[in-house]
Amino acid sequence: MLSPLLVALYVFLLAIFIGRELLTKVPHTLHTPLMSGANAISGITIVGALTCASFGSRVAAVIGMLAVTAAMINVVGGYLVTDRMLKKFRRQE
Amino acid sequence: MQTSIHLMYMAASVLFIIGIKRLSAVRTARSANAISALGMLLAMLAAMLDIAQHGEIGWIWVGIGVVVGSAIGAYLALTVRMEGMPELVGFFNGMGGLASSLVAVSMSVFAWLAWGEVLSAQTLAHVTTVEVASLAPAAAGTASVGAPRLTPDNAVTIILSILVGGVTLTGSLVAWAKLKGVMRGGQIFLPGHQALNLLLLIIVLCAGAVALFVVPIGSITLLYQLLAVAVLASFILGVTFAIPVGGADMPVVISLLNSFSGIAAAMTGFVLYNNLLIISGSLVGAAGMILTVIMCRGMNRSLTNVLFARFSLTGTGEKEEYVNVKSGEPVDAAIAMANANSVIIVPGYGLAAAQAQHAVRELQGMLEERGVTVRYAIHEVAGRMPGHMNVLLAEANVPYEKLFKREDIEADFKNSDVALVIGANDVVNPAALSDEQCPLYGMPILPAHEAQQAFVIKRSLAAGFAGMKNTLFESDKTLMVFGSAKEVVNNIAEELKEL
Repeated sequence: MLSPLLVALYVFLLAIFIGRELLTKVPHTLHTPLMSGANAISGITIVGALTCASFGSRVAAVIGMLAVTAAMINVVGGYLVTDRMLKKFRRQE
Repeated sequence: MQTSIHLMYMAASVLFIIGIKRLSAVRTARSANAISALGMLLAMLAAMLDIAQHGEIGWIWVGIGVVVGSAIGAYLALTVRMEGMPELVGFFNGMGGLASSLVAVSMSVFAWLAWGEVLSAQTLAHVTTVEVASLAPAAAGTASVGAPRLTPDNAVTIILSILVGGVTLTGSLVAWAKLKGVMRGGQIFLPGHQALNLLLLIIVLCAGAVALFVVPIGSITLLYQLLAVAVLASFILGVTFAIPVGGADMPVVISLLNSFSGIAAAMTGFVLYNNLLIISGSLVGAAGMILTVIMCRGMNRSLTNVLFARFSLTGTGEKEEYVNVKSGEPVDAAIAMANANSVIIVPGYGLAAAQAQHAVRELQGMLEERGVTVRYAIHEVAGRMPGHMNVLLAEANVPYEKLFKREDIEADFKNSDVALVIGANDVVNPAALSDEQCPLYGMPILPAHEAQQAFVIKRSLAAGFAGMKNTLFESDKTLMVFGSAKEVVNNIAEELKEL
């Protein structure tokens, strides 16, 4: 039986390769939206933040709440701003 | 229930992968972003279901965080002007880093406080944070949430989370301040800069390790102090990491910090043993790294050179005076372009700074009405973030087919009548091709000097970021038109109307 850490390392390495393969041919036009869209995904820390905000201890919960706030800024802001940008890209009429 | 939650996490991972894949084609990009957002929503629902199973929950804290964070994020995203995009992306990046750092801190604090309630004072005086995990397997009621039973593996990743999260936060804030103009844009070096960075790195790792592996839980004040030292040192490290990077290198540092924010999220995944976080964090880490590599290639410099090297101003240095520069009026440019068959526009940061994108679009339309072919040549490091010029011109309704990347258009300059350089400097400097003393030597450029005639719109002859003179400006074929990009372009358009 693999230790949880080893399993996590497998997942980590494989996901990095997937990410690299998925993105080998990004057109230059999309560099900014790709960056800000990916940035929104990094707000997935929200899952950890929610866990912390729910802790019974007051101190840890307050820190967790700040984490939730920061992560939500990243998530909501990131997706909205990416959408705003992508809306602007258009072909020639 | 636990299985359903994990299936939801799994579905979210798949949505992220599909989302990021489809983000790499213009046609599918917008729906891709929505797919990825759906994945995020699903992940949040799963996380809430997960915590709902664990007795008393501070829902009020969760609620406040979600509402306040969403409101701030939405406000910033919907009100930002397109010109302010690089700094906003930098800021959002920093928030991701902050969240990772705080999660790690919250985990540690909760572990200490929770065990403090369960165990006797005598036991607490002897066991460290990681030892307690193997000590009392049954005592931890909230173990399945991920705390307070921190294994040595968790502890290591907590320290790494604090490190990467903190560096991402303050590094991004420095980038934000430099882009916003709050802070001087140039390179800033402290005495013994690299040694200081190394020292800070060691402090973060040691303070964290001592807190979790050495100090018993009973010494709670000391634990808090050590944790504070680790967090603070990571914050300072982020600052010292980012301040040596000057304005024109910002695309590199912004992409790199983007990558860091992903790695930070993956580290949080290791703390919680949550594969969703690990997968999505790695995707973002890879995306940021790919952009970083593209940006470095665009400058023909290594990443270490961008991050650590001081620009040496030997050889063709900053103090060298321009000789034989010819300057012209907007009307000269108007006449030349009206009579041209083919015009290539080379935009740079000056176009963004002057918000000239709409004026340029108008000029493009007028030229096209006269039958002139107008194309844009986009250097990968033009502007302050990857793809900066593309976003800016898209906002002004320039169809993206008119935007050409360097490799696809560099050969066409010599067949073009006019190259119109708007607020760009280093990316059109021919010295990069020939002068080995030039700090830019080897950087691929857009050969505006090969066009029949070049017009350069620039505010003054001030040196670019590389601090060296641009031999294009001295060429016989070049006419400088001094002024703010927006004004000059508008004036050219006015003159064009009267021809």
